[in-house]
Amino acid sequence: MLELKNLSFTVDGGDRSAEIIRDVSLTVADGEFLVITGPNGGGKSTLARLIMGIEKPTAGQILLNGKDVTDLSVTERARLGVGYAFQQPPRFKGMTVRRLLSLAHGSPLPEDVCCEYLTNVGLCSREYLNREVDASLSGGEVKRIEIATLMARELEVAIFDEPEAGIDLWSFSVLVKTFKNMSKRKHNSVILISHQERIMQLADRIAVIADGVVADLGKKEDVFPRLLSDLNSDCDFREGCGDA
Amino acid sequence: MLETFEKELLKTIADITDLPGAGAYNIRRNGESAGRHSTEHIVIEPKKDKPGIDIRVMPFTKQEAVHIPVIVTESGLNDVVYNDFYIGEGAEVRIVAGCGIHNNGDCDSRHDGIHRFHIGKNAKVTYVEKHYGEGEGTGARILNPVTEVFMDEGAECEMEMVQIRGVDSTVRDTKANLAENARLLITERLMTHGAQTARSDVVINLNGDGSSAQIISRSVAKDTSEQIFYPRAVGNSRCRAHVQCDSIIMDDAKIRSIPEIAANHCDAQIVHEAAIGRINNDQLTKLCTLGMTPEDAEQVIIEGFLS
Repeated sequence: MLELKNLSFTVDGGDRSAEIIRDVSLTVADGEFLVITGPNGGGKSTLARLIMGIEKPTAGQILLNGKDVTDLSVTERARLGVGYAFQQPPRFKGMTVRRLLSLAHGSPLPEDVCCEYLTNVGLCSREYLNREVDASLSGGEVKRIEIATLMARELEVAIFDEPEAGIDLWSFSVLVKTFKNMSKRKHNSVILISHQERIMQLADRIAVIADGVVADLGKKEDVFPRLLSDLNSDCDFREGCGDA
Repeated sequence: MLETFEKELLKTIADITDLPGAGAYNIRRNGESAGRHSTEHIVIEPKKDKPGIDIRVMPFTKQEAVHIPVIVTESGLNDVVYNDFYIGEGAEVRIVAGCGIHNNGDCDSRHDGIHRFHIGKNAKVTYVEKHYGEGEGTGARILNPVTEVFMDEGAECEMEMVQIRGVDSTVRDTKANLAENARLLITERLMTHGAQTARSDVVINLNGDGSSAQIISRSVAKDTSEQIFYPRAVGNSRCRAHVQCDSIIMDDAKIRSIPEIAANHCDAQIVHEAAIGRINNDQLTKLCTLGMTPEDAEQVIIEGFLS
């Protein structure tokens, strides 16, 4: 179980500081599939980075299975079972896909197991095993390999930051299936940051993060209709569309 | 007989632990031959006028290898060797060279390997050269290789030249001359640490129409070490060449990278690119999110970069 207690994160920008996360409290239960959504710049990725330990909160606590991990490093949290698939994954010159997956797993992975992970993210596996995770891969390919690095692990909390971004429609269907299976397996708690309706439909609960706070939180059945109605009433782009 | 540490040196530089059971080889230890063997198709003979060997590979030899590693374990030794390779028309051969210096003394140990390759028409050569230094002494481990390659029409050559670690000073001098349709790939990988210095000069003359060359240089400079790369591709014909220098800089190291391209023919297509930068923070963070310490992550990134 992951607990965020009164979490805040402020960036000091010289003369003025910006509060990116403001007093966020949230619990993700064992086996839960939580989708976080909300407008760009609302603080979703920052929240994910705070949970992973890449950023340190300016106030509040993070508890993993009752243990306070607020002051633990990224490495220590990873060893306790927190995993994070980057929104914009880095590339590595000279590192093969197979090596990266093995590093993620913690020991060398057999070829067939690597292939299974790659197939699950919509990549034709044998072609990719020995390719380098460098600039020769497209953004969508790197993104899918990034997702596979989390598939190769058994985690307490797996965080995926907009996994669908940059991925073509066909692969997206495969991904949705993969995430669906993951939610059924209930091995881990899964936090998935997404704007996609099809991914939101997989959620047990949906949290809306906007302006650094939890603007809405609840069961998918309750939150999703509210999101749609907000979209219909608040969309600035609709002004002057002539449909009023 | 080779000592255990000498066998380990051989393993590091040439991936052999003893005299090879088969194939052609010449193992040089402390300026003298520690074993030599020719085969039906590859003949190795000592030079009569100066230290070194002539290696002759018969035309149309297929899938054979020759090992010519050098180990220097005597502190204060200054070893210069001249090796000439004559690769016959249509031959396909793999050459494993390399030099390991184990210096436990206070005098400098040095090995200068002067290699000349005469690669015949349509012959294919794969050349691997690894340099490595170790030992507790204060004496420097110095390696100054000179490599000159003459490629006939349609010849192909892939050269992998690696400085693993422990080499205090190196000045590498590589030249190649390509005839029609010859193809050359040079991959240079180099790591310096401590107060080491490394300089690599490469000149590729693309003289024949249809010739092509690629130079890929990857290096890591740690501590206060200094590196200079000066690869040059000169297009004298309808040719193609690509020069790429890529370095990771760490600590207080210094790197200069000066890729130069020159065209003396209007159909020469030559490209260069060079980059120097520290290890990307996102790369380190990503590997830490897999449970690695920042130190282990750094090591994994460097190993990958130089692999």
